[in-house]
Amino acid sequence: MADDDKKKPDGEATVPEGPRPPVEARTEENLVDPPERQYAEPRKVLRQKVAPEPPTTGHSWDGIEEYDNPMPRWWLWTFYITIAWAVIYWILYPAWPMVSQATPGILGHSTRGDVAREIEDFETRNAAWFERLVATEVAQLREEAELERFAVQAGRAVFAAQCSQCHGAGAQGVQAGGFPSLLDDQWLWGGTLEEIHRTIAHGVRNEDDPDARWSEMPAFGAEGLLDEDEIDQVVEYVLAMSGQSHDADLAALGAEVFDWNCAACHMDDGSGNTDLGAPALNNQIWQYGGDRDTIRQTIYFSRFGVMPAFSERLRESDIRAVAVYVHQLGGGQ
Amino acid sequence: MGILDQHKKIETNVTLLLVLSFFVVTIGGIVQIVPLFYLENTIEEVEGMRPYSPLELAGREVYLREGCYVCHSQMIRPMRDEVERYGPYSLAAESMYDHPFQWGSKRTGPDLARVGGRYSDEWHVQHMIDPKSVVPESIMPSYGFLMNREIDGQYIADLMRAHRRVGVPYTDEMIANARADFRAQADPDADHTGLLERYHGAQTRNFDGQPQLTEMDAIIAYMQMLGTLVDFTTFMPDESR
Repeated sequence: MADDDKKKPDGEATVPEGPRPPVEARTEENLVDPPERQYAEPRKVLRQKVAPEPPTTGHSWDGIEEYDNPMPRWWLWTFYITIAWAVIYWILYPAWPMVSQATPGILGHSTRGDVAREIEDFETRNAAWFERLVATEVAQLREEAELERFAVQAGRAVFAAQCSQCHGAGAQGVQAGGFPSLLDDQWLWGGTLEEIHRTIAHGVRNEDDPDARWSEMPAFGAEGLLDEDEIDQVVEYVLAMSGQSHDADLAALGAEVFDWNCAACHMDDGSGNTDLGAPALNNQIWQYGGDRDTIRQTIYFSRFGVMPAFSERLRESDIRAVAVYVHQLGGGQ
Repeated sequence: MGILDQHKKIETNVTLLLVLSFFVVTIGGIVQIVPLFYLENTIEEVEGMRPYSPLELAGREVYLREGCYVCHSQMIRPMRDEVERYGPYSLAAESMYDHPFQWGSKRTGPDLARVGGRYSDEWHVQHMIDPKSVVPESIMPSYGFLMNREIDGQYIADLMRAHRRVGVPYTDEMIANARADFRAQADPDADHTGLLERYHGAQTRNFDGQPQLTEMDAIIAYMQMLGTLVDFTTFMPDESR
């Protein structure tokens, strides 16, 4: 910056420093010609082309006038194209409101029609598969590799849309809600393809389908079928049966309570009964939870897990597909 | 000079400019809005629609108050993936008694337009209390406090009158029986004949499983009827839409 400051502005003659030399007297000898002209020829300047002043709109506000410049060409042409496009659009698509309907447009565009056609398209492409699914015996659905592959893929989609909300995205179940896991080989109502298919189609303990799976455990505490002591005893017995830490004295007493009240459905050894939807109690798999408090809660108030009947919501082919999907998750029998 | 040169008069007269601008905007508005009220392919009448029952209406108020619409839409768009996931696409007529409509514009959670009957009441209760317990990946907050907030329908008739003002066809009979209907719907032992006559297809049961009537009853009653009024097995959509 400091250097710049010292510079003189362009065009200013540099004045030599020091005392000015004395002016010589003008003589014949020291006469010189004047230097060449440093500026433009005035006539040349006049001949130069200068853009004419644009016309004004004629408006004048406090002496300020408004130029009437033309629009930039690219802008103007874009504008014309949009107008042309609008006209084309009116012709092709529904546009102008008339008396009872808008002009339909020659393409016959319809949002609803598009969806219907798209769904129809996928239906026809899969129709042969769906027919095969329905035509095959339920128990035989996993016999043919190709059909099984289709069923698993279709069933996965159905499961995600219809089942995952309760049974979990990975079919792992949700114990807090009493929604059973579908990954293990413990089944409440049977784990064969046919039994799974029936459970999905008719549901569990719903009032919409007369063929729904139905059983009801009594609320042993709330209905007064067992007194508090007996409940404590049978809780300890169930803890013992499932191999958890328990009070051995109470459990011994509980064995008798169990035989009288529970064994009819849960069987003598607690292995459960899939005809009655009675879960096995002699393992570590629990629908609602296997700790002391939860078992007591279950015995005292009972449970009443409900599953909707999907025969009203899904087509037979979808039900079969999702049955295959659930069966192949790991626990199918 | 031609008429185009007269615009100086408009530009230098503010009142005239304002009046004429308003005139132009009005024409634009009329052309765009008015046809929607008479074109046959924008007003579609659908069988099955009825005004919300008092308890459902109260549930809808809870839905609004808690801002459910911020994360949930109620508008299934006419696209294959949406139809496959949620069910038949929403019809404008299905929102005819909604003031304001709940179409929403953001889906953090799933669309709820057809959530009615999709889950059991028990699922809804569990999900409201602790959403993660049934949907582990959910980020929905807990609404368990609804279980503790008792309601008695004290102002429900007023709310229905307000809705009648804006066009919902609540009859005098409906308003006179509002509070009784309000209680009857969540009481499985009540006499439901009047309620079902006034609101066909209303679901009556104890929604939250508690003896007292709470906001949880109301919101589940609302959830369970969403999207269930129109019977899509008999509904034939007009294609010109």
